[in-house]
Formats: sequence, structure tokens, C-alpha cells
Amino acid sequence: MLRTTLGACLGALLLLAGPARAEDKLKVGFVYVGPVADYGYSFQHDLSRKALAEALPDKVETTYLENVPEADSERAIEKLARSGMGLIFTTSFGFMEPTLKVAKKFPKVKFEHATGYKRAANVSTYSARFYEGRYVCGKIAATLTKSGTVGYIASFPIPEVVSGINAFMLGAQSVNPAVKLKIVWVNTWFDPGKEAEAAKALLAQGADILAQHTDSAAPLQEAEKQGKLAFGQSSDQYRFAPKAQLTAVVDDWNGYVIREAKAVLDGTWQSHDTWGGIKDGMVVLAPFTNMPADVKAMAEDTVKAIASGKVHAFAGPVTKQDGSVAVKEGETAPDPMILGMNWYVKGIDDKLPQ
Amino acid sequence: MSLDTVQMVLVTVLTAATPLIIAALGELVAERAGVLNLGVEGMMVFGAALGFAAAMETGSTLLGALAGAGAGIGLAAVFGLLTVGLAANQVASGLALTILGLGLSGLVGAGYVGLKREPAPLLHVPGLSDLPGVGRLLFGEDAFVYVGLGLAVGVSWFLWRTRAGLILRAIGDDPVATHALGLPVRGVRFLAVLFGGACAGLAGSYLSLAYTPFWAPAMTAGRGWIALALVVFASWRPARVVAGATLFGGATVLQLHAQAASLGLPGQLLSALPYLATILALVLLSLGRRQGGSLAPAALGRDFTPHR
Repeated sequence: MLRTTLGACLGALLLLAGPARAEDKLKVGFVYVGPVADYGYSFQHDLSRKALAEALPDKVETTYLENVPEADSERAIEKLARSGMGLIFTTSFGFMEPTLKVAKKFPKVKFEHATGYKRAANVSTYSARFYEGRYVCGKIAATLTKSGTVGYIASFPIPEVVSGINAFMLGAQSVNPAVKLKIVWVNTWFDPGKEAEAAKALLAQGADILAQHTDSAAPLQEAEKQGKLAFGQSSDQYRFAPKAQLTAVVDDWNGYVIREAKAVLDGTWQSHDTWGGIKDGMVVLAPFTNMPADVKAMAEDTVKAIASGKVHAFAGPVTKQDGSVAVKEGETAPDPMILGMNWYVKGIDDKLPQ
Repeated sequence: MSLDTVQMVLVTVLTAATPLIIAALGELVAERAGVLNLGVEGMMVFGAALGFAAAMETGSTLLGALAGAGAGIGLAAVFGLLTVGLAANQVASGLALTILGLGLSGLVGAGYVGLKREPAPLLHVPGLSDLPGVGRLLFGEDAFVYVGLGLAVGVSWFLWRTRAGLILRAIGDDPVATHALGLPVRGVRFLAVLFGGACAGLAGSYLSLAYTPFWAPAMTAGRGWIALALVVFASWRPARVVAGATLFGGATVLQLHAQAASLGLPGQLLSALPYLATILALVLLSLGRRQGGSLAPAALGRDFTPHR
């Protein structure tokens, strides 16, 4: 009996000592919707976790939960909040409501939600201007295509995907106004088999360069198999197709994650919305490969021009498919327009699924 | 459309149908013996993971395919012990098997994500494979495609032309009567389950070794469930499995081609096409057999414990 009481006291002492030590270190938690090994979206987020641990080894301690289904995420997020985290990144759109719910219960914990639009006093949101990278891809594609036709494998007709297609097309048209874009909607984010079939269909219909807004490397590999060119997605996928990948629009959260962690450590953290692009280092283009030096130089110049603000993907005049003017000459599309984009630009020979 | 484009489309249809054909044939045999294994998706994805891992380690596609089939057999053996041996509920065990397979595949495949290897070699018969229009389709596929079609012939022959096949079907219809005749009900059911597992694993390894030669978690993307539905659709007949898989694969591939060709049809309608085609075929099939009863094996999904 005495022994158990003693043990319990020791245990309680240890528990008390625990938080005291952890106070010096900021505990940062990450919640991923997919496996960290997906070599895409969750993988890129986990790179930022590792970068954070490396950048501030004495000040932070990181943890992650992977493969968290969106329907069951509240439990996972609450578990992290309960375990003494000071900052929690919830990295999928579907985590939005659960994040807000948990944030209400733990007002001292700071939350960072990716790609959402609802904020609270202790919930920030952040996302990246992927369309900027796609504009560069469009320019490269229009320069390199021999058939004059580029294929685009799209997932779902949501604004993020549609603005990506439009930016790609506007980039392509800035090089060659006559370029054709063939779009195939596969209605999935991840199905390697179906993505490969879509790639085959586009290549059979005369496309010689492929772009994609789905998550697997299957289209890239199909392009490589047939001696054609393609762009990677989310992450540098060069290893899958060393002879086909031109570049890839890479999500780079490292800078943002480290900056936010530092702000929490300094006590300067505030709820805010961040939508960063090439300029902020949140959108990075993988090394330009499989293209002649002059095209590479053109692509690098475009990246620089976007970073400096000289070039904007949606700089006017932008005409909609139906001929109406969306952005007037001399203006650029305001952010709300890009975030809610549900129309194609002129020149796209496809009907947008509504 | 040129002749070569048509052939290209047909080749894609056949390769898209192959994993469905192989997995569905395995499930068909298990169900003909009276065992409903809902774990096809799990066995398939585990086969894809282990098959890819083995092929990477040994450098041999054949060993990879065998490992994939082995992975399916391993999981099927667990299922068989539970449902055939211990008479556990087949539906619950099958669903658990899917979850187990997805988990195990992630574990085995973790070290192989982001690696790629050359796809399984295509057959090349000098002269024949280069025939315009049909050469690539008939004589230029990878081995899995021929195995799948051969399997359909083999399963059909086994079930309707051999004594063992007759016994298997009889067990699926009435385990009590066949047991009374002294036939090894549980032994046959267990073997049928193992065969189903081997086929599902092989179908999975086809995906990771030939179709899209890399490993990614959950890369089967629901094909195991489609294979399950195909067995019902095919009213438990191998030839109809081949027809159904080709129809389903064909509708999927054709709608992608229709989009790429900018035919201007709404995307949602095109995406629904495979399912519409499936429903239509089901209606036509049931119209054709108005007088008959259900075509399912009579004792499908019912466990059997012999009285001693």
C-alpha cells in the first residue's frame, strides 16, 4: 500500500515536472489528411515540419498525425490540443470546422488551417497562389509543343482548379495565341489508373505535353513512356520521369511554418490570412529540365517577373469564354475573383462542368 | 479516327479491364463455393504493395507478381480460417480484411514510395506484333493480360467441365447435402478462398508492376469493390465477367477520350456513363431470364459447421 502511494506521488511529481520543462519548448503539432509518404501534398507539409525542427531545434518540438480522415479529425485535433501543443497546423480543407470547434475549447492554443476561409481569434488560415506556377508552366508548354495541343488532367471543377487552368492557358496564349488546350475531368484527386488512362486519351488525341491537377505521378510516367513531356504536381516528381518532367509547381510551406512558430515564441502571433505566391516562397518551381537553354531562361525570367510583381497571371485584358471582359486592360484580377473563379478564359475549347 | 487510334483505345480498354477480370474471377470461384469475401480491395492493395516491393528487391517482374499473389493468399488464409474454420460472419470478416489489407500495404510499401521501375515487358512476336491495326492489340500486350484471359477460360472449364468444379458449385448451393455425401465442404471452401486471394493479389500487382509501375498508398482506388460488383453483374459466370469488365473499362476509357476529343458532352454525364451502361446491362440480363430464379449460389454467405 505504502509502495503504491509512493509510486503515485512519484508519478505526480514527474507529471508536474513534465510541463515545467516543456514550457521552454513550443510544441507544434501537424495533422495530415494523407500519408506523409504520398510524395505530394502531405509529404510537402511534412517537409516543413522537418524544416521547422531543424531551424529551431532548441525551441520547438514537433509531432504529427497522418492519414486523419476529415470526418474523424475533431478527435485527432483535440487530442493534440490536450497534449500541450502551443501551435497546431491542420492541413486539409476538410479540417476547417473541426479546427474551429477545437479552437473554441482551447483558446490559448494557436491554430493554423490550410486552404480554408474561416478564421477565429486563435485560428489563422493560409494557402498558396499555385496559379502563378501554372502560368509559368503554360508559357513553357506553348513554347515547346510541336502539335500545338496541350493536355490538362483536372480533378474537380472547384475555383482552385479552374483558376489553375485559366492561368495556364493565359500563360500559353502569351507565347502562342493559337495554342489549344484539351481538358479531361477525371473526378478524383487520386486514382493512378484513371489518371494514366486520361493521359493516354489526351496523348492519343494529339496532345504532346501534359499538365495535371491530380495527385499521382501516373500521367508523368505515361508521358515518359511515350516520349512526351509533362509537368509534375505538388512535389518535385523528377524521379518518376527524368526524361519527361519539365518542372513542377511545388508547395513550399517551410518559410511560413517557421515564421509562424517564431511569432508564437515571440508572443507576436496574431490571427490572419496568408495567401502567398512565388514572391513569398510558398510556390516554388522545381528545376527546369528537358528543355533547351533559351526556354529555361524564359521560364526563369517569368518566375522573377512574377516575384517582382511585373507580371501577373490575371493581368487584363482577360476575356471570358463567352466573350465578356472579366478584367479590363491595365487592371489585375482581384483576389476574390480568383478565389471564386467558375468560368474559363477565351480560347479554351471545353465546357466547364457546373 | 485513324486505325491506330482505334487500336490505341482498344488496348487501353483491355488493360483497364485486366485487373478487374483477374480479381473478379477469383472472387467468382470463392462465391461459387458459397463464401462471400468482401476483402478483395484489401487483398488487392496488399498484393500491389508486396508485389512492387518484391520486384524492387529481386529485379524480377515474375517474382513480384508471385509475391503479389502470395500476399493475397496470406490475407485470404486469415479470412478462410475465420469464416470457414471458425464460422465467423463473412461480411464483417471481409470488411475487416479490407481495412487490414490497406494498413498492411501502407506498412510494407512505406519504404518504396516514390520509387519507380520499368513496366512489365510487352510481348513481341516478330511480324505479328507489328501488324497494322491489330498487331499491338492481339500480340503486343503484357503477360498479365494474357493470364487474365487464360484464367477466364480456365475457370470456366474448371467449373463446368470437371468433377471438382461440379463439387465446388454443389457446395456453394447446399453445403449440408454435400457434407452428407461425404464431400470435404470446408476444405473446398478454404481452397476456393485461397484462389480468390491469389487472384486479387495478382490483380493488385498488375497495377503496381505493369499498369502504373510505382507504389502509392491506396493505389487500387476502389477497383476491388468494382470487381465484387462485377461478379454479381456477371451472374457468377466467367465469360460475363470478361464482358462486364470490358464494358465497364470501355465506358470509362471512352468517356475520357470523348472529353479529350472535345465532343462537347457534359463531363458529369460522361462520368456516369460506365454506371449507366452497367445498369442497362443488368436490366437487359434480368429481362432475358424472367422465368428463372436468382442466379446466385444458393448458400452464398452462409457459414457451415458440420455436425459430428
